[in-house]
Amino acid sequence: MNIHEYQAKEILGSYGIPIPRGLVALTSDQVERAAKMMGGRCVVKAQIYAGGRGKAGGVRLIHHPEEAQEYGKDLFGRTLVTKQTGPHGLKVRRILVEEAVEIAREFYLSITLDRESSRYILIASAEGGIDIEEVASKYPEKILTFTIDPFTGLRPYQARTIALALGLTGTICEDCVELILNLYRACLEKDCALIEINPLVVTKAGWLMAMDAKITFDDNAVYRHREYPDMVDYSQLDPLEINAAKYDLAYIKLSGTIGCLVNGAGLAMATLDVLKEYGGEPANFLDVGGGATREKVAEAFRIILQDGDVKGIFVNIFGGIMRCDVIAQGIIEAAGAVNCTLPIVVRMEGSQVEEGKKLLQESGLNVQIGRSLGDGAARIVQMLGQGVQ
Amino acid sequence: MSILVDKHSRIVVQGITGRSGRFHTRQCREYGTSIVAGVTPGKGGIHIEGIPVFNTVAEAVRYTGANVSMIFVPPPCAADAIMEAIDAGIALAVCITEGIPIRDMVPVKAVLQGSATRLIGPNCPGIITPGECKVGIMPGHIHTPGKIGVVSRSGTLTYEAVKQLTDLGLGQSTCVGIGGDPIIGMNFIDVLTLFNQDPDTQAVFMIGEIGGGAEEAAAEWIRNNMKKPVASFIAGVTAPPGKRMGHAGAIITGGKGKAEDKIRILLECGVVVATSPTRMGEAMLDALKKPGKADARPTAKKAKK
Repeated sequence: MNIHEYQAKEILGSYGIPIPRGLVALTSDQVERAAKMMGGRCVVKAQIYAGGRGKAGGVRLIHHPEEAQEYGKDLFGRTLVTKQTGPHGLKVRRILVEEAVEIAREFYLSITLDRESSRYILIASAEGGIDIEEVASKYPEKILTFTIDPFTGLRPYQARTIALALGLTGTICEDCVELILNLYRACLEKDCALIEINPLVVTKAGWLMAMDAKITFDDNAVYRHREYPDMVDYSQLDPLEINAAKYDLAYIKLSGTIGCLVNGAGLAMATLDVLKEYGGEPANFLDVGGGATREKVAEAFRIILQDGDVKGIFVNIFGGIMRCDVIAQGIIEAAGAVNCTLPIVVRMEGSQVEEGKKLLQESGLNVQIGRSLGDGAARIVQMLGQGVQ
Repeated sequence: MSILVDKHSRIVVQGITGRSGRFHTRQCREYGTSIVAGVTPGKGGIHIEGIPVFNTVAEAVRYTGANVSMIFVPPPCAADAIMEAIDAGIALAVCITEGIPIRDMVPVKAVLQGSATRLIGPNCPGIITPGECKVGIMPGHIHTPGKIGVVSRSGTLTYEAVKQLTDLGLGQSTCVGIGGDPIIGMNFIDVLTLFNQDPDTQAVFMIGEIGGGAEEAAAEWIRNNMKKPVASFIAGVTAPPGKRMGHAGAIITGGKGKAEDKIRILLECGVVVATSPTRMGEAMLDALKKPGKADARPTAKKAKK
């Protein structure tokens, strides 16, 4: 689960990590007022669920409140397309207005899960403020990593080693030790999959400060933080994805025309792969979970039908334990309710397969039965007149 | 023969009184699995489906000699349940539970590394030795006893692969679903090591997906250690970058974890890679037909773009 920069900074601030003074604006007038409060000179930053905002024109140093208002007006109407947003981009609905800070040095600091060691890992670099993945691939020697032992936690002497390696000395070094320890505490207590400060700066006045921050919460841990669901900015998410999440379905919108309803993430990915192989273009990725139920399949079907781009539907359910006649009823119920005339191909494995197929064939829907993964994919592509064969 | 579980395995089900725990206990027993105990704290003393329920895993082990645990405990308590199984000296814990927080799993993994317990999962379909023992939620009937070892990060995609193998007359020695989470117990290499040592496993089919570097590491290990033919499929060739495709682990970040890179490395290491999920069984046949590992590289199939 993602949150905005300003929310991440609020969390860092609550752990005693210095952050710039800032205000969140929802209108361009608020941007202007916030700029006035900062004394005119300020930084205006679009808040979207993606990085790379600077290069996309979503961040600007402002000198007058009027300029802030004008830029705010421009930003609120815009959809920012960055390296991380995908081609459709993200709409700007919130803007962060911050005091402008004179920066002496910039660093990178983050804590995330290292899958290889199955431990949290602290990543630091004296090359801050830029694309850290680029630094990592071009100059791996400039990236410091430190694996954290879950039983001893992060010790002050370890944090000091990192601060010294970043070239910090004296009181700033000790400030950094405290900051690193607090960052680890925040990472654990807030169940972060990633907590990142980029850049962490030393200001000309000699302070450490988190100038930009990113936090991704561990989706599996959201249940123990009651405040998290309220922190979501729904304007940053696809409405169908939000709807699917309500029913615990994994839905991702893609650019093609074939709606895919599959149980299990691996099989869903394989289904997309095989559709593409046959020349079809999937409209979405919809995983109803390994143990699909009639209700989930019916709900998933409704979600797919709401997508105007969908011209045909491929259902691929490998159940085994679940009954195919029950799944078939779910499909018939959902499709029948909206008089769906779109071509549908259903491929099912499990018990009562024949009963399920019979129900579908007698349903009056424009449905064909796929005998296998490949046969099903070929049929839906052919029914839509797509494909290369 | 098989790895990890066979007809002598004695299973304790942690979370046996829950809906899925109870349902799958019945399914496993119908398959022939010897389920000797259940554990649900506070419910010790009762019987579920005729199986005695205990308050702790240690008690279940003491009274029934259970040596394999199947865990259906809900996410908030699942990490604790795994640790309890480790503490009770269970040889193999199979955690089906999906949705355990990272912060809970980090210490579990650390405890595991200093223990004699092996963990499969979490967030996995489990393990099955066809005809002998099913510890998990996979459909038993698609499996058939034989000589192909199957190891996979996926659930239902494994069923698809197993069905293709069975349809081609290729039975399985043991099928292991290692799970799709970022922190799991046994990884590809751990399972491949056991298949390599198992005299009755003739070849291995490995199913991977985008995200992480587990398939790459497994490929290197295969090149250096594996004495048996290996075929593979990697799901997510067409997955858009940066999107979370269902599994927490299946995310392509920073240009790492792409399917095409995994496929390239697997091919370089002498693994036959299925060019489509419809040809997984055929890829296994191709690997079996190969004259020897030394000749693998020139005949390996080209990866499809």
